[in-house]
Amino acid sequence: MDSPTPALSFEQPIHDLEVRLQKLVRETDRRPETEQEIRRLRRELAEETKQIYDHLDPWQTVQVARHKDRPYTADYLSLVFDEFVELHGDRHFGDDRALLAGFAKLDRFKVLVIGHQKGRTYKERAACFFGCAHPEGYRKAMAKMRMAAKYRLPVIAFIDTPGAYPGVGAEERGQAWVIAENMYEMSRLPTPIICVVIGEGGSGGALGIGVGDRIAMLQHAYYSVISPEGCAGILWKGHEHAEKAAHALRFTAKDLLGFGIVDNVIPEPLGGAHRDHHQMASRMKIFLLKTLRELIDVPTDRLLSKRYEKFRRMGVFLEEPAAAGAAENCPNSGEFGYDSARP
Amino acid sequence: MMETKKKRGVPEGLWLRCPSCQSTLFRKAVDRLMGVCPECSHHFNVSAKERIRQVLDEGTFEEWDANVMPTDPLGFADKKSYAERLVAEQQRTGLSDAAITGCGMIRARRVAFGVTDSAFIMGSMGSVVGERLTRLVERATQQQLPLIIVSGSGGGARMHEGILSLMQMAKVSAALARYDRAGGLFISVLTNPTMGGVAASFAALGDLVFAEPRALIGFAGPRTIKATIRIELPEGFQTSEFLLEHGYVDRIVPRDKLKSEIARAIDYCGK
Ligand SMILES: [Zn+2]
Repeated sequence: MDSPTPALSFEQPIHDLEVRLQKLVRETDRRPETEQEIRRLRRELAEETKQIYDHLDPWQTVQVARHKDRPYTADYLSLVFDEFVELHGDRHFGDDRALLAGFAKLDRFKVLVIGHQKGRTYKERAACFFGCAHPEGYRKAMAKMRMAAKYRLPVIAFIDTPGAYPGVGAEERGQAWVIAENMYEMSRLPTPIICVVIGEGGSGGALGIGVGDRIAMLQHAYYSVISPEGCAGILWKGHEHAEKAAHALRFTAKDLLGFGIVDNVIPEPLGGAHRDHHQMASRMKIFLLKTLRELIDVPTDRLLSKRYEKFRRMGVFLEEPAAAGAAENCPNSGEFGYDSARP
Repeated sequence: MMETKKKRGVPEGLWLRCPSCQSTLFRKAVDRLMGVCPECSHHFNVSAKERIRQVLDEGTFEEWDANVMPTDPLGFADKKSYAERLVAEQQRTGLSDAAITGCGMIRARRVAFGVTDSAFIMGSMGSVVGERLTRLVERATQQQLPLIIVSGSGGGARMHEGILSLMQMAKVSAALARYDRAGGLFISVLTNPTMGGVAASFAALGDLVFAEPRALIGFAGPRTIKATIRIELPEGFQTSEFLLEHGYVDRIVPRDKLKSEIARAIDYCGK
């Protein structure tokens, strides 16, 4: 709080008020006027914070979703659950630190939690590649989910990744294949699955643990087909246009609720989850308990058919009445379209 | 069609150059080999319509869901609006979107058949590709047909439709899981290039995975990987041969053998 600039530039007015407030609070022998000023500043701070956070634009939302102090999967594991028993390894290659898995207790419920982990210290971050999982991470998650389904333990998936890791080893070990297989198996896994995007929902790397009966997002999380930087690089030919891409991609919680992709948006504490881990955790707990109660007794057949229907509905297209005779679009047009420009 | 061809930038005239061995080739010789270089067997990209001609028995293809048409759900615009881009791509390629689906015969075996065309917005999957493929899989399930999907996509999930595109990966995969449970046979054919969200969904989920020789196949694009790890990528990285060696492809099938290989696999599986 004593640093001259805040981590997020748009928080400058909040930061300035916090600095003024702290100066007053630290004073010894406070006079009645000072007490009054402190109360006034606290109100102003709350209003200013609310004002800024009620109107975050998509690019600011990305900054909040990536905030270094934002609660990660490991934070929820310790703050929301009564116990976490980590289960390691994919039985094939290794134990990916970017994707955690284990048994957990939540009041009367025993569950399996899986989730991306970004790491807090530099060492942790390097060990888990900043939350970018390798194939062994997705395989581990799938193996533990299969095991959980055998005993009908519900699965809770915390999504928080910039994307699946792009590297030589990841490709050699089938990154595309493991993401596809996870979606395929999760779509028919015979136990309730609750997915929550807690920070960054980075493309296929997010979806690799993202198929379930309920998809929720934290208020300032984002969930996108591609990172704004990646999109800007391709369509605007430069990463510096990331802000434009962020606006174009429509990936905020509000957007996704509108598109029918997410079922619930979990409100964050005033000024974002990074300001108050405990309050965020308690809201998470309320959401998870309510959702578990809704899903736990649904018969498996019904659960799976509703899960299928949920994803089946996704997509926006036009459907014109089929014109008579137009169904046979004759392929024998003689067109032979190679494109020698592409190797 | 000639008009379309010009706009598409396909080499005109009697001669064309092979991008792999640089030979100057007589166009008709390449045509006779189904778009394969007679000198080095480089596989040129072929259009979805041409692929249908190559793989299905003549005149047997019946298109499904051609009336499912793309729209612009995000109001997306980069340097050009997506709505304009769609019209331009439709005019340039003669396709309404990047996938054609339907049914037809392969050596007198009835199959459900889907193919993506990498010329239409990089063969990327948006709502229409996802919906057409999902309906294809669902109909193959109902009608108990073998399912063949030939993939060609440099783009993966289509950025211009945002999260809706991403979710098509899950939608098609879920349909394939039901098809699998019903005992269906899915043969996935990977062609150059098959990347990103297409590789990481239906293309990877075949009971059998065939790949054309030397196709680029993978999750992350080589440029992204290079930018991340800052080392030179190994020779042959992300090719069909690389994936076969690492255990992800059942067979590498040259184009002239594709039809007979599919027919044989269908027979082995008793479909
Ligand atoms: Zn050649």
